[in-house]
Amino acid sequence: MLDWLGEFWTDYGIFVLALIASNVLIGFMLINAIFSVWMERKVAGRIQDRLGPTRVGGKFGWLQTLADGMKLLVKEDTIPAAADQFLFRVGPYIALVGSFLAFIVLPFGDGVVAREMNIAIFFMLAVMSSEVFGIILIGYGSGSKWSLFGGMREAAQMVSYEIPMAMCVLVPVIVAGSMNLGDIARSQSGLWNWLVFHDPFTFCAFWTYFTCAMASCKRAPFDLAEAESELVAGFHTEYSGFRWLVIFMAEYGSMFAVSGIACIMFLGGWSTGLPWELTELFGGLGVVGLVIGNVINVVVFLVKGWVLVFVMMWVRWTLPRLRIDQVMMLCLKYLIPISCVLMAGVSLWNLWLPALVQSIVGYLIFGVSAAGAGFFVYRVVTWVSLKPGSAMPGMWRMTTLPGYQGAAKL
Amino acid sequence: MELHAFMFWLIALLTGLCALATVITQNIVRSATWLLFTLAGTSGIFFLLGADFVGAIQLLIYVGGTMVLVVFGVMLTAQGPFINMKTSGAEWAISIVAGILLFAVLLFGTWGRFSASTSTPEDPKDSHHAVTIGQVLTGVPYGPFDSPTQVRAHYLLPFEIVSVHLLVVLIGAAYLARAKRRGEEPK
Amino acid sequence: MNPAEQLNLYLALGALLFVCGVVCMATKRNAIGVLIGVELVLNGANVNFVAFSRYNPAFEIEGMIFALFVIVMAAGEAAVALAIVLNFYNNHTTVDVDSAEELKG
Repeated sequence: MLDWLGEFWTDYGIFVLALIASNVLIGFMLINAIFSVWMERKVAGRIQDRLGPTRVGGKFGWLQTLADGMKLLVKEDTIPAAADQFLFRVGPYIALVGSFLAFIVLPFGDGVVAREMNIAIFFMLAVMSSEVFGIILIGYGSGSKWSLFGGMREAAQMVSYEIPMAMCVLVPVIVAGSMNLGDIARSQSGLWNWLVFHDPFTFCAFWTYFTCAMASCKRAPFDLAEAESELVAGFHTEYSGFRWLVIFMAEYGSMFAVSGIACIMFLGGWSTGLPWELTELFGGLGVVGLVIGNVINVVVFLVKGWVLVFVMMWVRWTLPRLRIDQVMMLCLKYLIPISCVLMAGVSLWNLWLPALVQSIVGYLIFGVSAAGAGFFVYRVVTWVSLKPGSAMPGMWRMTTLPGYQGAAKL
Repeated sequence: MELHAFMFWLIALLTGLCALATVITQNIVRSATWLLFTLAGTSGIFFLLGADFVGAIQLLIYVGGTMVLVVFGVMLTAQGPFINMKTSGAEWAISIVAGILLFAVLLFGTWGRFSASTSTPEDPKDSHHAVTIGQVLTGVPYGPFDSPTQVRAHYLLPFEIVSVHLLVVLIGAAYLARAKRRGEEPK
Repeated sequence: MNPAEQLNLYLALGALLFVCGVVCMATKRNAIGVLIGVELVLNGANVNFVAFSRYNPAFEIEGMIFALFVIVMAAGEAAVALAIVLNFYNNHTTVDVDSAEELKG
């Protein structure tokens, strides 16, 4: 879309375009952080059998994060005396830049991307790996032992988990034959063409990738860097106010970025699951159709990304935290060999197996997954939940449990 | 000023200043941080030169891998006296003089000595560099088919040697840095 | 600016990084500081490689390939050097390169 615009600009028009694009992306990161924090609190609340924020902004407390953000902005900005001033100040911004750069090449729709690159996925992995440096500097510069421990753990964890993550990303790259995120997404229109259903190896690669992505975003059960039961708050113990906000903007930004990669590499990108491209479908309507198609594409992509972010939250509030040695063992002993096998396997699969067998297995995987998902949804919908008890407001009375005496009798 | 020249001066000045700061600062962790900025600036230079694959590799391996390793090492060994180790004034003077001389020699040796031709850099959207590099590394010869003066070369052997080298490095580093067993206490 | 002038500037930047690295190696007493200097030197060389790959069509791929090899070698070198530094630190409880004089004749 910007191509025809570009002809009217001189060289320096590119600066204006870049400024607009980066402002849109920064704005998206902010809104994403605001929305994700609110979602995290609601999800955590529901999983822990409470309500989460309810008041600010009318229903559902949907403005709670904005209010919290305001509070953080006017908070006193303390820097500990033992901290290294320069590193303490610069750390959060390095993390934010690392997270932000990933969005430059992340396509939100067909052509809705700040810069389309031929090696987009590689670029994303590269810049997201530089986010860790900011975290380490935060940990070291704070001049606190808790922070230092958090930073060290983060360094060890990130450097290890980058390897299986990159190798799992290579699996769909091998299948699609391109590192261009736009091309990869365009090659999977139609639900059964999604690369996650392509063959058993891509199917496993999706789950392996998602595990590694959770670890590289330092999400629970891998949040050893900020393990609040051991390290107060880990690497950001000493932070408050705006810099703390920046750290969390970076964290939620990279959460969406890895989810976006998962969407594009495995889950069809902005594809609705229908076998045609929306921008082409509405192309007959001219510019209006193009806009409609792109808006639907972007909305679909955002919903997919946030669903994966939701899964990350779901896992976080469900599973207990691992120990640091378990985290390292999981990566070095299991995930790296698994990802090596997946990479070799997918190459041989595409090289040796006849196309007929490949497509049959692909449809089989798609069918089984669809049936599984359908069964899950059926169970969720038809699940008869227990009635709230009378003993305490909001407490579930487990009358079906054997030996249950009832809260009233105690 | 053209856009390319403007971007070059912007990135090059930042990179050069960060490199100078790397040298000047006495604090080893800050030095590593400035080095990080220098490396990121260098990758910016690579992107500017149209070598986006090398730029991304630079970010991935240097910034994400090597620098984390260096800072890891700094953290493991950083104890009070070693963070700020002062260098004497005489050493500084000698080094700076030698450095300026070396810079003058290098400039004299390179400035205006090479002819250059250029084409418009490829759009990163359809840059073929990653593909060509991959082919060359896996043994598909590269080069003009009809030119008698140029050799069609591939780099399969160096690639294999590097991979074996990395394996040796992996084992060697693990061996060197392994935890000492009880009984062979450090002196 | 014509290509030759641009190439000159890139080479000058490479030279600057190289010289900074050399001075860094000479002045830092911390072993890891010396390692940082080595990284700077290698980066200066890389800038030159990639600049030549851009401005000399004969080296278009060669320059990048060599830059890649240099980067990979630098990673390996950093790993081994850090292992040596840690070993040295374990044995001598210092990272000052001036105190590494046991092998002095």
